[in-house]
Amino acid sequence: MTDLQISATGGTAGRFALSRTGLLFAALGAAGLALPLVQFKPNRIVLGDALWLPGALPFGWLAAALIACALFAALPQRLSHGLRLALAVAGLVITLASLGLAAKGLMPEGNRMARVAPAAGFWLLFLAFALMAADALARMRPGLKTRWAVLAGGILLVGLALGSGLLDQTSVMVEYAARADLFGRSLRQHLLLAFGSLGMALVVGLPLGILAFQVPALRRAVLSVLNLLQTIPSLALFGIMIPLFGWVAANIPGAAQLGVAGIGIFPALMALFFYSLLPVVSNTLVGLTSVAPEVRDAAFGLGMTRGQVLARVQLPLALPVVLAAVRIVLVQNIGLAVIAGLIGGGGFGTFVFQGLNQTAMDLILLGALPTIFLALIAGIALDLSVEALSRRGRSAP
Amino acid sequence: MIRIENLTRIYDRTPVVNDVSLTVGAGQIAALVGTSGSGKTTLLRMINRLVEPTSGRIWIGETDAATIAPHLLRRRIGYAIQGHGLFPHRTVGQNIATVPRLLGWSAPEIAARVEELLHLFQLDPAQFRDRMPHELSGGQQQRVGVARALAARPEVLLMDEPFGALDPVIRARAQGDLREIQRRLGTTLVIVTHDMEEAVTLGDRIAVMDKGRLLQYGPPAEILTRPATDFVQALIGTGERPFRLLSLTRVADIREDGTCDGPAVSPESSLRDALAACLWHGRDCLPVEGGGIVTLTALRARAEGARAEAMATAGEGAQSKAPQTGGAAQ
Ligand SMILES: Nc1ncnc2c1ncn2[C@@H]1O[C@H](COP(=O)(O)OP(=O)(O)OP(=O)(O)O)[C@@H](O)[C@H]1O
Ligand SMILES: [Mg+2]
Repeated sequence: MTDLQISATGGTAGRFALSRTGLLFAALGAAGLALPLVQFKPNRIVLGDALWLPGALPFGWLAAALIACALFAALPQRLSHGLRLALAVAGLVITLASLGLAAKGLMPEGNRMARVAPAAGFWLLFLAFALMAADALARMRPGLKTRWAVLAGGILLVGLALGSGLLDQTSVMVEYAARADLFGRSLRQHLLLAFGSLGMALVVGLPLGILAFQVPALRRAVLSVLNLLQTIPSLALFGIMIPLFGWVAANIPGAAQLGVAGIGIFPALMALFFYSLLPVVSNTLVGLTSVAPEVRDAAFGLGMTRGQVLARVQLPLALPVVLAAVRIVLVQNIGLAVIAGLIGGGGFGTFVFQGLNQTAMDLILLGALPTIFLALIAGIALDLSVEALSRRGRSAP
Repeated sequence: MIRIENLTRIYDRTPVVNDVSLTVGAGQIAALVGTSGSGKTTLLRMINRLVEPTSGRIWIGETDAATIAPHLLRRRIGYAIQGHGLFPHRTVGQNIATVPRLLGWSAPEIAARVEELLHLFQLDPAQFRDRMPHELSGGQQQRVGVARALAARPEVLLMDEPFGALDPVIRARAQGDLREIQRRLGTTLVIVTHDMEEAVTLGDRIAVMDKGRLLQYGPPAEILTRPATDFVQALIGTGERPFRLLSLTRVADIREDGTCDGPAVSPESSLRDALAACLWHGRDCLPVEGGGIVTLTALRARAEGARAEAMATAGEGAQSKAPQTGGAAQ
C-alpha cells in the first residue's frame, strides 16, 4: 500500500507525485468509460445494442466528463483521504444515476419485453469507485465505532439508491418488480438457510469441540470424520442429501411429519449444517487449547472446579477464535445456500438457476447481487465483532 | 502450619519427589532451593494437590489435605505461579477478586478487599483496578499475581519462583515487601527459588533438594556453616559463604559505642552492606545512624566466628550430619 513517487523534475516535484492506487483506479475507470455503459435489448434473451455513456443519456458527455474529472482529481498522492473518499462517493453516485437515467430514457413506454442491462463499462466504473472508497476508508484508519457507522451508512445508501426509484427501469430491477413477492420469500429462505445451519452447527459443534478438548482420545476421530465431510464437493453433498433424507422420510415413521424430506429446504439445511461443523468444532478446539497453560494452571490453583475453569477462563478466552469460525461459516453458507435452489430449497439460488435455464443474465444477477451483498455485510460485521472482542481480551502477550 | 510426611511422587517409575518430610511452622517462611529438575515445583504442587502424591501425607493445620475436595483445599491455600498466570480477559480488580468470588463473599466485601490489597502492594486503586493485565509492567503483574493469591486471607501461601522475571533492583524491593506483608499477615509461606541469595534473605528455613530428595532442612545460618553434603556446599558457593553469613545479621546487632568519621550506615542494613561500605570508603569504622559505630574488626570477628563454627563441624565428620538433617526435617 505504499505510494509511488513519480517525479517529473528530479527531487523537487513532491506536488506532482501520483498515488499508485489512484493510477490503478483511474486505469479501471478509463477502461469503464471506453466500454459500453448499458446494453439495450428488445427482449431479455437477445444480446442487444451496446450504448456508451456519452450517448446513453441526455447529458451523457457531461456525466462522462465529471467521472473523468473525479478519477483524475484522485491521482495526486498528497490528496487527503477524506477528499479522496468524497470523490469516490461522488463517482459512485454519478455512475449509478447515469445507469438509472439511461434506463429511464431508453425504455420504450409500455413495453414489457425490452431490457436495459448494465454492461461492462458500468461494472468497471462501479468497481473503480468502490475500490477507491474502500482504499480511502482503510487509509483513514477509522476506529471500531466509525467502522460500524460506515457499515450502517453503506447499507442505508444501498437502501436509498434502490428505494428512490432511480434504478427502477434497469433490467435487474424490472425482473425484481415482476417477482417482488417471490424475492421476499427467497430472502427469508436464504437467511433461514444460512443462519439456521449456523445455529445448528453451533448447538452441535460447540459441545462437540468442548468434548474433544476434554477427551483427547476423541480428537482425532472427530476431526477426521468432519474433515472427510468437508472434502465432499458441495454439489455432490447436496445431491447425496436427496436420496438419503428421501429414504429416511419414507421409511422411518414420524420422520416425514417432522419435516424430513428428500427435497426442499430440509436437505439443503442439513448439507449446510454438515459443512459448518468442521470450522466450528476445530476452532472451538483450537481456541480452548491455545489458552496459555499457566493461565489454566492458575485457574485450577486458585480453586476453580473443572466446569468453572471452562466457563470462566477457557471459553471466554477461546471466544474470538470461535467467532472467527462463525464468520467463516456464515459467509460460506450465505454463498453455498445458492445451491439449495437446485434441490428446491429456495433462497436466491431459485433466481440464479432459473436464470441459467433461460439464459437470462438479469435474473441470475437478481439472485447473485443480493447474495454478494449479504455475504459482504455478514463478513464485515463479524470481523468488527471479532476485533472488538480480541481487543478487550488478550491483545498483548 | 504445613506438615509433610514421607511424600513421594513417581513419574514413569522414577521418583521425582522421594520420601520428603518437613514441617513449616505457622507464620514461617520455608525456601525450597535446588537445581533445575530437582522436584521443587512438584513438591510445591503436591501441597495444593495440583499434583497428586503417589504416597505420603500432607497436613494443612489440623486437616489432612487428602480428605477434602481439591478445589475447596485450594481456596484455602494461596498460589502464585511462575510468570504470574493472570487472567488476560479480566481486569486487575477482577483477577484479585477471583477466590473471594469463588467463596461467595458479598460485593462490598470483595471491593473493600481489592482496594486494601492494591494499597498493600503500592498500586493506586484508582489507576490500576480497571486495567487489563497486558497494560501492566512485568513487576506490576507479578505483584497483582501475589495479591490475587492473598485475596481470601489464606493461612498458607505457595509461591513458585515469583521474582524470577524481575530485575535485581525491583527484585530486592519485592523481597522486602513480601517479607513485611508476610509478617504482618502471619501467613505460612513456602517459596521455590533458584537463587540461594533469595533463600538466605527470605527463608526462616531453607530446604535443599537434589534429585527428588531433601538433603538438608534448617535455618540459613546452619545451612551456610554446616552444609550436610558436598552438593549443598556447592550450591551455597564456597566463595560466597562469608558474605552470605554476614548478610544474615543486622548492623544493629554488633553496634559499639564510640564515634568515627564517614557516611553513616543504617542499623537495619546487613553486615554485608556495612563491610562493603567500609571497603569502599577505605575506613576501619563507620558511624551508625542514630548513634554508635560499626568497626571492620567486629565484622571480621563475625565472619571468623562463623568460619570456625563451620570448620568445627566439618572436623566432627559424618556422624553429626545425619542426625542434624534428620532432626531438622523432623
Ligand atoms: N507431569 C510430569 N510428567 C513426567 N515427568 C514430570 C512431570 N512433571 C515433572 N516431571 C519431571 O519431574 C522432575 C522434577 O520437575 P520439577 O518441575 O518439580 O522440577 P523443579 O525443581 O521445579 O525444576 P525447575 O527449577 O527447573 O523449575 C523433572 O525431571 C521433570 O521432568
Ligand atoms: Mg519449577
